[in-house]
Amino acid sequence: MYRLINDRSIAVASTLAIGVASVVVVLIMLFLGKESLPAISEIGLGRLFSDSSWNPESQGDEGLFYIVPMLAGTLAVSTLALAIALPLGLLTAVYTEFYAPRGFRFIMERAVELLAGIPSVVLGMWGLLILVPKIQQIDGHGASVLAGALVLGIMIIPTIALSSRSAIQSVAEKHRMQTTALGLGRSCSVLDVFIPLSRKSIGVGIILAGARAIGETMVVVMVCGNMSVFPQSVFDPVRTLTATIALEMGYSYGAHRGSLFLIGLLLMLSVLTALLLSKLIPGSSLRGEDTI
Amino acid sequence: MSIKTFLFTFVVTLCCLLPSQEANAADKRLSLSGSSTIAPLISEIARRFEAEHKDFRIDVQTGGSSRGIADARRGLSDIGMSSRALHDEEKAGVKTHILAMDGIAFVVHAKNPIKNLSAAQARQIYTGQISNWKQLGGEDAEMTIIDRAKGRSEQELMTKFLGIKSPEVKANLTCGENQQCLKLVTGNAHAITYLSVGTSEYEVNRGTPIRLLDFEGIPASVATVKDQSFPLVRPLVLITPERLPEEVEEFLNYSLSNKVDDLIKGQAFVSTH
Repeated sequence: MYRLINDRSIAVASTLAIGVASVVVVLIMLFLGKESLPAISEIGLGRLFSDSSWNPESQGDEGLFYIVPMLAGTLAVSTLALAIALPLGLLTAVYTEFYAPRGFRFIMERAVELLAGIPSVVLGMWGLLILVPKIQQIDGHGASVLAGALVLGIMIIPTIALSSRSAIQSVAEKHRMQTTALGLGRSCSVLDVFIPLSRKSIGVGIILAGARAIGETMVVVMVCGNMSVFPQSVFDPVRTLTATIALEMGYSYGAHRGSLFLIGLLLMLSVLTALLLSKLIPGSSLRGEDTI
Repeated sequence: MSIKTFLFTFVVTLCCLLPSQEANAADKRLSLSGSSTIAPLISEIARRFEAEHKDFRIDVQTGGSSRGIADARRGLSDIGMSSRALHDEEKAGVKTHILAMDGIAFVVHAKNPIKNLSAAQARQIYTGQISNWKQLGGEDAEMTIIDRAKGRSEQELMTKFLGIKSPEVKANLTCGENQQCLKLVTGNAHAITYLSVGTSEYEVNRGTPIRLLDFEGIPASVATVKDQSFPLVRPLVLITPERLPEEVEEFLNYSLSNKVDDLIKGQAFVSTH
């Protein structure tokens, strides 16, 4: 009988799948571009970087569309989140792969995977109810860069841990015999051989985690305070680009609405740039083909 | 196989046919435009109305109160929506109908000893001239002043009433949804924000540790919003031509009847019935 699943049908189906995915991305970009046209023609790109503040609806007066503090906010929160998540994620990967006792390793791996699956709104709730009052006792008003970075950091630990682990794992499988033959100890093999050899895949994981931090919305709306000002310390409130879209989309029209779509376009372009940058990281691709 | 194919074809055809039949039946179309404050409420009313009147199709668009009034005056929409009272010159040639009332109250943590706020004090707080509760006779603690997201009806009403321009507002934090603001206030004994009276009163009744401040000596409650003695209120207005077409009248009467009181309450507005 004619087999429904043969090589040809798989080829066709997979082509269709990737076709749909890429068409959707292009359509979204076109949609964002089209919706932001009124903003580009009415206020122009320059004013996003030169106005005095973000006050898109100023009761009769002309609106103000300054987004640089939000760019700074997005950058501050996601950089700090990466700084928190990178060492924790990498160490988690190393621990589960090389140091964890057999039974415990299984539990730890499941715990990290579970952390990856926690909905961001739940983490945001935890941040708002537990973390924000705690930070307020130290300094400031609670909702802050620090609160956002901590919750986002926790959120992206699994992304870094899981991608680093699979990279280190594949390198270790390939080179474990060699390092053992050379008489290298466990710490030396990990630090001087396995991690350097998998730096490219780890780098890609970090970029993906960073992109997730930049794009996260729910958490930052809840715990960051949403003030469109340049933060002077980690205890200052901050507003990210995504938070602005979430806060104001439902209540905007005209140039204001267009400017929110423009911010969306900007976010997509920055994630795209990050992905392209990840291609520039020196080193071998996923499988660790290179030699030391 | 042939049975499966048949069933598949049948179901697909059915799915294609059903909506088109419904669309054919909808021969009475109404369009509404205007205030984004009213739009969510009127959309819910429209959905319920459509379920009871299968031959109606109601289209709701936002674009701000001014656009709603202008559209209704020029006949671009059947009903305009405005979350402010109309100016005298806007009233010519149209009829206005109050759908519900909306009021906002300044809200603090239940532990805060402050009970009353004047308009002048509220203005000083939200323009950065008062930043410590001591200045209002409370304890010596820095205020956490929470503003609402720009474009939200609460923000618009507050700034308009107090005569503050949006760029002049000074605050420590900004919040969006009501629940998020409530969590910020319940977690911070020195916080102040402003919220819909309906929502706040509901939260107080279920034990949330917040207090609605009296404003200009008048208690903030659904009752004072309803009788309009509370100052920080505004009407949610529907605008129609003076001579109502039959289908507009049918939907209007439904929207103004007590059949939609639960929807009005659900959106934290106050019914006038």
